Amino acid sequence: MRRGTAERRSSRGLRALAVAGILGGALALSACSSSGGKKSEGGGDGAGPRLKIAMITHSGPGDTFWDIVQKGAQAAAAKDNAEFLYSADPDGGKQAQLVQAAIDKKVDGIVVTFAKPDALKDVVARATAAKIPVVSINSGADVSARFGAVAHFGQDESIAGEAAGRELARIGAKNALCVVHEQGNVGLEDRCAGAKKTFGGKLENLFVQGTNMPQVKSSITAKLQADKGVDGILTLGAPFAATAVDAAKEAGSQAKVGTFDMNKDLIASIKSGTIRFAVDQQPYLQGYGAVDELWLLKTNGNVIGGGRPVLTGPAIVTKDNAASLEAFADRGTR
Amino acid sequence: MGRAAAEALPPPPSPPPPPAPDERMARRSPVRLLLGRPELGALLGAVALFAFFSLVADAFLQAGSFSTVLYAGSTFGIMAVGVSLLMIGGEFDLSAGVMVTTAALIAALVSYQFTLNVWAGVLVSLVLTLALGMVNGLLYVKTGLPSFIITLATFFMLAGANLGVTKAVTGNVATDSVRDMDGFGTARAVFASDVDVLGVNVNVTVFWWLGFVAIATWILLRTRIGNWIFAVGGSADSARAVGVPVARTKIGLFMGVAFCGWFSGMHLVFAFATVQSGEGVGNEFFYIICAVIGGCLLTGGYGSAIGAAIGAFIFGMTNKGIVYAEWNPDWFKFFLGAMLLIATVVNLVVRRRVERSK
Repeated sequence: MRRGTAERRSSRGLRALAVAGILGGALALSACSSSGGKKSEGGGDGAGPRLKIAMITHSGPGDTFWDIVQKGAQAAAAKDNAEFLYSADPDGGKQAQLVQAAIDKKVDGIVVTFAKPDALKDVVARATAAKIPVVSINSGADVSARFGAVAHFGQDESIAGEAAGRELARIGAKNALCVVHEQGNVGLEDRCAGAKKTFGGKLENLFVQGTNMPQVKSSITAKLQADKGVDGILTLGAPFAATAVDAAKEAGSQAKVGTFDMNKDLIASIKSGTIRFAVDQQPYLQGYGAVDELWLLKTNGNVIGGGRPVLTGPAIVTKDNAASLEAFADRGTR
Repeated sequence: MGRAAAEALPPPPSPPPPPAPDERMARRSPVRLLLGRPELGALLGAVALFAFFSLVADAFLQAGSFSTVLYAGSTFGIMAVGVSLLMIGGEFDLSAGVMVTTAALIAALVSYQFTLNVWAGVLVSLVLTLALGMVNGLLYVKTGLPSFIITLATFFMLAGANLGVTKAVTGNVATDSVRDMDGFGTARAVFASDVDVLGVNVNVTVFWWLGFVAIATWILLRTRIGNWIFAVGGSADSARAVGVPVARTKIGLFMGVAFCGWFSGMHLVFAFATVQSGEGVGNEFFYIICAVIGGCLLTGGYGSAIGAAIGAFIFGMTNKGIVYAEWNPDWFKFFLGAMLLIATVVNLVVRRRVERSK
């Protein structure tokens, strides 16, 4: 019976398929052009062996932060005449599979994040056994050397949190919120804990659903309505800072807003004073440093950091230095 | 799971040929009629939760807090209108969550990249988003595959296209701000402004939400299209046999979801000025949850738009009530799940009682 209907509808079905094909083709084209551009960047000048370097992170898609990490890595790869391959999966097990895929491809170096260290321990051991050097970035400073990585580029989230706590105190907050946009993320918890250590006042965690901006806004509004004494808000990602400002306005609260991480809209807000400070961990440096380290290791046997984590942050951005960073943020590398 | 629910709760409409026609003609008491409505259980659940949060959270009963809860409810609820009609029509749309982001990205990108009045972006977004809904519907009708699979595929494609196109066009993963462009003020007034109601700021989305629910309810209960929706959800083959345009009804329902997605997307653009391309993933389930709490059956053929609105209100109230109650945020999702379980169990118990007393 199904076949009968299918035949009768075949011409219309073909038309629908054609429409789908055109749409799909258009999407594919737009995706292709960007990767083509990067490839031509990577295949530019420079001599020496052409390395193939894979970066596998725990990023979800469409995250500003990881976009900047990639830009740093691509810049280093272009300079070092290396081929740069990026893949990511927030799920620890799947991230490990992607690392295995890089090993199978016999890449010359692997850059990895240890957000879920245990999931990656074995596969990283396989990489080092296959004589592929591994550099870790971002999270996992404490396990990096133990798991066999030659270097680590990242921000110590506790130290960054402590810096944020001092900034919160500097802008005069006494009773502040720490807005956690992804529940169960160790790095985010560390930031709040670090801030609590140096802040001196009362700092309370608030959980919001980071993938749904209206919910972020209404949750912060609700918290400010429930606790009128809140005079400071610390967000852990740049897009949430602007939303926190809106929420404070909505709730009629005078709370001052500071944040972790950066983007170009944030710089404008810091210049105008609606957001007081940003704690930047310089993601560009993490991508750039990791790729460069693998190149240095291969071509000159160098190790950066002497087996200790190399800190890429915190770099504090306030009204005083925002103007000088604006151009860099505009092109999406700060 | 869907089948178990169906066995537990046989859908009242589309009964097999009734044995005694006079039973249908008999007048029922108004109380009975009320008890037979699909949204009654949800309403009682909402009242119970409201009373509960009023007791445990001091700040919950302020007018400003109620406005915040309504706003949270409205952002789920506007989508739940389209999603509930589609579910009554027997289908799912898993692409609904990212379609909101797609609509928002289209409007923001088109306005910014071509330096147009933002209203041009709004209209282009409306056309393209409706087209996306139509593609969902056409794919479903032409292939005969379950809508679950079709929209799962479009979900992934849209999520990828959101990121791919945004990055190809802007070089970043978020759109450029449209805040200082022509038409932003009027568009914001329509999609994301605050309305002063007796001294309390209420987000305009709340009124749109109520309006959409009213229109959907009118369509469902007072028009021929409403009858078609119940009929195709109850049994598509029998509906086709009696002359209901099944294909057109289903395509229309997918486009209804797309329309709601477009509206929610416009709220995103004009409330936050920039759009993050990775947003929206996972929200499709919240819309379905709102519809189900509100009495829509997962198997189709039964439910109401008002019920979905109450479901969205419950969801928004629980979401924010936990914050007002200042419970430990580590347990947030646990409390959320527990509250939803309570609301749906109340719903179920009430409906079972009604079924038995009939």
